[in-house]
This record gives sequence, C-alpha cells and structure tokens, in this order.
Amino acid sequence: MRTPLFEEHQARGGRIVDFAGWEMPVQYSGILHEHKAVRESCGVFDISHMGEFFVEGPGATAWLDSLLTNNLAALPAGHAQYTLLLNGHGGVIDDLIAYRLGPDRFLLIVNAAKIAEDAAWLRQHARDGVTFEDRSSHFAALAIQGPLAGTVFQSLFGRPMPASRNVVEETTPESWIATTGYTGEAGFEWIIPAAGAVSAWRRVLEAGAVPCGLGARDTLRLEMCYPLNGSDLSPAHTPLEAGLGFFVDLKKTGFIGQETLRQQKQGLLPRKLCALRIEEKSPPIRSHYRVFVNGEPVTETTSGALSPSLGCGIALAYLPPAYSDPGQEIEIEVRERRFRGHVVKKPFFKKP
Amino acid sequence: MNIPESLRYATTHEWLLIEGDTGTVGITAHAQAELTDIVFAEPPAVGKPVKAGEVAAVVESVKAASDIYSPVSGEIIARNDAIEADPSLLNSDPFGQGWIFKIRLSDPSEAAALQDAASYRTQIGG
Repeated sequence: MRTPLFEEHQARGGRIVDFAGWEMPVQYSGILHEHKAVRESCGVFDISHMGEFFVEGPGATAWLDSLLTNNLAALPAGHAQYTLLLNGHGGVIDDLIAYRLGPDRFLLIVNAAKIAEDAAWLRQHARDGVTFEDRSSHFAALAIQGPLAGTVFQSLFGRPMPASRNVVEETTPESWIATTGYTGEAGFEWIIPAAGAVSAWRRVLEAGAVPCGLGARDTLRLEMCYPLNGSDLSPAHTPLEAGLGFFVDLKKTGFIGQETLRQQKQGLLPRKLCALRIEEKSPPIRSHYRVFVNGEPVTETTSGALSPSLGCGIALAYLPPAYSDPGQEIEIEVRERRFRGHVVKKPFFKKP
Repeated sequence: MNIPESLRYATTHEWLLIEGDTGTVGITAHAQAELTDIVFAEPPAVGKPVKAGEVAAVVESVKAASDIYSPVSGEIIARNDAIEADPSLLNSDPFGQGWIFKIRLSDPSEAAALQDAASYRTQIGG
C-alpha cells in the first residue's frame, strides 16, 4: 500500500521500505541527521499510513469508555489522550490517541498495522446509538515535530501554535491540527483529506521542516521510552506490565480487560517493561537480543538502538520484578559478547 | 559513483588494494551509501588468519548489522582503530581513512580472481 505522498518520498530521495504492508520512507538524508533535526530544529513525518476512526452518537463516550483504558468521560472536547485497546485478558490489542472533537464525537488514530484488527474488534462490540466509521483511506496525516515546529505552524496558519499539549482543533472542514506526537518534542500533527496531502506536505517543507523517515521516528520514540505496538506491546502483556498505568483508569466502570488489571494491581506484576542503558562502548542494541542478570539469561530486548542523542546503547525489555528497579545491573548480548549496563529511570532522554 | 581504477573488487562490495604481498581492505562508496549512517565498526584482531570469503569484520548502521568478508586469504597484520573511534569515516572516506584492515596474502592468485573497476561498475549498475 502507498500513502498519497509516495511519489513525493521517491522524488526527494526517500529510501522506501516495507512497514506493515506500506511502502514507507525509512530515511531521506540519513537517520542521524533527521533525528538531530527533530531534536534541534524541526522535522516532518508522513504518518498517513496510520488509521483514522470516527465514533459518533449520544452513546459514544460511554461506548469508548467500555473499550479503552483511559477515561474519556473526563476529557474535555478539544483535547486528546493516549489510551489502550485491550483483549479480554488485559493484553494489548493496540495503543492509540483518542481526540475528543465534540461532546459526542471522537477521532481515534491507530497503528497502521492494526487498522483491520482494531476495526473488527470495535465492530464486534458495536452498540446502538453509536456510529463507527473506519475512514483511514480518506485521510492523510503529517507529524511536524521539534523545537521550531511553532515557526512552521505560524507560517502555515498565520497564528501561534497552541501552547498546550494534547489539544485538537478543526482548521477547515475535515482537517484538524493537534499538539500531539511521538518524539518527545514540541510539535503538532495535521490530519487532512488525502486529496490535500501533497500540497500540505510541500507547504510544510517550504516552511523549513526537514523530511524524516520511520528510522528517525523509531530512535526518537525509543529515547522517550514510548512503546511501539508489535515490539514492546503485545497481547501477551498488559499495560501495567508495560509501565502504562498512568493511562489506565481502574476506577471507572468496566472496560474490557479491566478485571485482569485489577487482579494484577493486587499482587506483584509478573514482569515490567524496563529501560536498559549500556554503559560501555557497544554495537547498536536491537530487538530480541538476550538480557543477562547475574550471568543468567532472563529475557530479551523488545526494542533497541544506539541512541543518537546519548551516544550509547539503549533498549526496552520485560524483566521480572526482582530485577526491574533502576540501578539493577544487566548485560546485553551482541554476537556472543556481553555489554554491561543498568536498568535506568524512564525516559532515556530529557531535554536539557 | 567513485570506483577507483587501482583497486580490485569483491561481489560483496569490499575493495582490495595490493602492495607487494600486502592487501588493504575496505568497503566501496556504493556499499557505504547502501548501508547508510554507519555507527559501529569492529575491525578484526591483528594476527587472525582468515580465508577468502570469510567474515573478517562487522559494521552496523542505525538499522542493520553487516558482515564484511575478506576478499583474500591470509593473516591480518593491521586494523584501523580510527574507524572504531569514528565509524562515520566509513561513510565519509570509504576508500581512504575508512579502510578496515590490512592482510598478508597467502595466495596472491586470489587477488587476480577479483573484479576490476569496470566489472564492479557493471555489477552495481552504475
């Protein structure tokens, strides 16, 4: 599959790879350069492969609150929240952002790889008084991220970027800007009809944003310890195990998977997604590398990188509770050699 | 794409510079461009014997690890410590400061079997 910007990516030298069935740019000028652009100035990502679902009707809030972990009843219109869709055992189907467009109207932006599965799950749990529409193919989306994103916003819209994080507003019919993102930087996401994607993309580049691919998107999100579904999140792990308890409301009236989470909360979590930092010179850490504690293999990494901002190996891994506290010594194996590090507090990267 | 005439080339994108019974090995400009930003390099230990076609070194980009094969058999007599300290030399100067190792050839006829610049240019379609 291709986004409406496929030809733009090719024309600008984007290196195209397969991502969940989508032909997407992994990089343009280079992952390190693009990563730095987002941390120091401004980058733009094509995120049109992600899914856009619309939920509407008098029962929309209650219905979504019965399916998602966070509390939408408490979210004012014009705001967005990170939330999770769980199976009956509390395992993660998907993580997503829910945008409250109006009192009874929501936009859900879901992972590209999960559009079909999420839509099927939501349809399976359909309720009277609520309409659900998967309009993913109708929309394109751009993520404009970095300390200079406000300058880009100003030149696009002739006014300052909203100062608050996680707000959403309709700019023109069927177009929204939202101060959300996946990089840890200031910035906004721009959801537009697919037909307007090329002109929007060109305007963002003319305003000074550096085109960025999925490679930099991955290193940026990992430095912030934002999980990637399919790698760090899966049906085998609950959001509590993934350290996402902040986005789970155990007090609200039941949502699918809530019972398992309540039980987990009573006892000791079986494992916890931890941030691991290597403290000697090492190759880049990648997913599925073995993690050792006291000389014994205890788990494997779910994500990893050589952090462009920090210059050291970083990874996420599910560790048993006995080994999950910051300061815990660990080793990660790369090509039969082990490299020493520690469990550290999340995130890896903090703005100076 | 820069492909120096003075070098021999392996189909796996290593170059070999022959000086007497000594060879210097690196990766081509084409290879470094395909690999993208190289962030880690592990040249072989001095004294290590290698056979032609065997893995002699590893380089890693942000996205992937790649084996570097020795184009000829022999004993490693030098390794480039500079690329360990600054792997980006493999990107910025692949035929110069980005060399990976030097090898004493045990069978000089192996070098003759490698491609010349014209043949390698055809291989990479450039």
